[in-house]
Amino acid sequence: MEDMYHMDRAMNGLQDIKIKATDVNVYYGDMHAIKDVSVEIEDKTVTAFIGPSGCGKSTFLRCINRMNDTIDICRVIGDIRIDGEDIYDPKVDPVQLRAKVGMVFQKPNPFPKSIYDNVAYGPKIHGLARNKAELDEIVESSLRKAALWNEAKDRLDSPGTGLSGGQQQRLCIARAIATAPEILLMDEPCSALDPIATAQVEELIDELRQSYSVVIVTHSMQQAARVSQKTAFFHLGNLVEFDDTDKIFTNPQDPRTESYISGRIG
Amino acid sequence: MSSTFIFLIVLVLAVLGFFGTKQRALASGGGDRRTLHSLPNYYGINAALAAAVPALVVLAAWLVVQPIVVDRVIGAELPAATAEDRGARSLVLADVRRVADGLDLAVSQGVMSDGEASNLSADSNDIRERLGAVGVALGSDVDARTLRLAQDYRDYARLGAILKTIVVIAVAVIGLSIAYRMTDKDFRARNYVERAVMLLLIASASVAVLTTVGIILSLIFNTLAFFDSFPTADFFFGTRWEPSFSGRGGASDLGFLPLIWGTLFISFIALTVAVPIGLFAAIYLSEYASNTVRSIAKPMLEVLAGIPTIVYGLFALLTVGPLLLDVFGNDGILGVNWMSGGTAAMTAGLVMGIMLIPFVSSLSDDIINAVPQTMRDGSLGLGATHSETVKQVILPAALPGIVGAILLAASRAIGETMIVVLGAGAAASLSLNPFEAMTTVTAKIVAQLTGDGEFNSPETLVAFALGITLFVITLGLNVAALYIVRKYREQYE
Repeated sequence: MEDMYHMDRAMNGLQDIKIKATDVNVYYGDMHAIKDVSVEIEDKTVTAFIGPSGCGKSTFLRCINRMNDTIDICRVIGDIRIDGEDIYDPKVDPVQLRAKVGMVFQKPNPFPKSIYDNVAYGPKIHGLARNKAELDEIVESSLRKAALWNEAKDRLDSPGTGLSGGQQQRLCIARAIATAPEILLMDEPCSALDPIATAQVEELIDELRQSYSVVIVTHSMQQAARVSQKTAFFHLGNLVEFDDTDKIFTNPQDPRTESYISGRIG
Repeated sequence: MSSTFIFLIVLVLAVLGFFGTKQRALASGGGDRRTLHSLPNYYGINAALAAAVPALVVLAAWLVVQPIVVDRVIGAELPAATAEDRGARSLVLADVRRVADGLDLAVSQGVMSDGEASNLSADSNDIRERLGAVGVALGSDVDARTLRLAQDYRDYARLGAILKTIVVIAVAVIGLSIAYRMTDKDFRARNYVERAVMLLLIASASVAVLTTVGIILSLIFNTLAFFDSFPTADFFFGTRWEPSFSGRGGASDLGFLPLIWGTLFISFIALTVAVPIGLFAAIYLSEYASNTVRSIAKPMLEVLAGIPTIVYGLFALLTVGPLLLDVFGNDGILGVNWMSGGTAAMTAGLVMGIMLIPFVSSLSDDIINAVPQTMRDGSLGLGATHSETVKQVILPAALPGIVGAILLAASRAIGETMIVVLGAGAAASLSLNPFEAMTTVTAKIVAQLTGDGEFNSPETLVAFALGITLFVITLGLNVAALYIVRKYREQYE
């Protein structure tokens, strides 16, 4: 345990800052959902956002790929930079941004298309493949990375909605990977899955850390402890504490964090 | 006693029963409503239902059965020759009833005493004149036999009324007393009342189903009567529609093909107009419009669905027809002379298309809205634009529902009548030119039944054959639409 802790520290020390958010405020109409949140998320790291329901963790996650733009009454103020580039700059096309920042949702939401077409959807839209062979290759490698290839290779033409819940969620991860993103945002990706499917997805998240910066919102503190290296605790729209996962769970600095992880608030 | 009065007595019994039983229920629980099985009102309602429902059913049955029985009894007194002939029998019985009603009226107005009306004899009095004085006009002098039968009729009717009063009130009292005696703190009144409510619901459902069955049966029997007098093959495969009414003699051509061709052609034009416009409007409203625009535009679009079709017909006849004629007619702007009159398949089709826009748009809008938000998020989250999301994710997901909406619009188009009567003309033709006058199955049903043709002639009965054919076509479309819509729903539930 101690060894792993030091290993992670050593690894994290080498990582660059991928996402840097400064003084982010989000309003839904009159409601102040996120209050002055500043956070620096490292590359090739799994960062978990934890906190009670309604604390703003999903809202903050959706700021990172500007999904909040699709909600009319939502206003985002502040500065979020990916690789030093301001993503709320008027020059940035949110559509291009979302190809770079993939997202996996709470409920598996495969399109009512074949497994192949689900994965090929993003590459087709962004013109990532010059021909059918390249597209096949992207689909295969994405499904392999999402640990779904062995189960799906013989039924690529059958509908994605026919898979089991865990397989559907891995299909959604494959779909997100297929557009070659740099960051993967996951909004409670396991909350609709059974324990076995959850374990598979968690294992996958750990592997994805090799290539992507992963940000995961979760209600399960055990999950945060299992998969993440960094943890941010949100409470009532504030970022209360952000530190190494081990530190948050073993030696929290803020009394609210301690209350939450010991189950007294939530 | 009149039926209205009996009805009121039964209602009063029911109300009294309601309060009486409620009291008894409370008393049986020692005044504490918590010891009762059901709320006190349930005991009351149970008693009221027990008093009113059987009694009113008996009353209704009596009102139907009594005239039949009296007619039969009076009919038995007729001479055999008259009784055999159905026409003569019903004529005489109508006379009898008329005289009897006249006597009743005379008595109620005080022109005649009750005894006088019962003992009147045809020889001594000019009954026609005396009844005429109270406003009952008789076609001929009343003969002795009719008068005697009318007096018998009054006697039977009076006897029937007395029996009816006794029986109905007895049923009400018996029902009430059974319910009253059963009332006790352990009696499950709530379950009985709920069963009664269920029976009411079943009865309502049966009315709708039985009416449909009745309509279909009447269509079938009349259609069979038509095919007795007209060759089936000539109807289904005939290419000429030239009915000749019996007055002029000669055989009719009652070919179905030109009519169904007109129906399908006009419906096709209508759907060509309605489907793209309705679908695009639905996509705009559900995907792009802001809430403000949507809250104004959607009701306005749906107003179109509320316009009576006769108004659309006027619009076709007076506005669209002349307009098309100005463009495609002789001396028109294009100088093509394709159109010889304002009424044409195109006129009716265009106007019908406008009528169908809200059907397509409103249903499609609901279906597009039913596509889960997670689909949109998933697509947008992959970096697809709004338009790509609509084209590649939302429309494919909503497609089965949209097809269902289109089929419903099609069955509406096929059954449409007024627009066609006014807009498309009356000539049945098997033509490919949309600017030519055409007619449809529905328009010809109107034409065949509104004439003064004899009812039993094939020219009139053909309307039933046309009706059932149309019914089968629209039923098929509706079933297909419902099947598709249901299949679509399963996908997300």
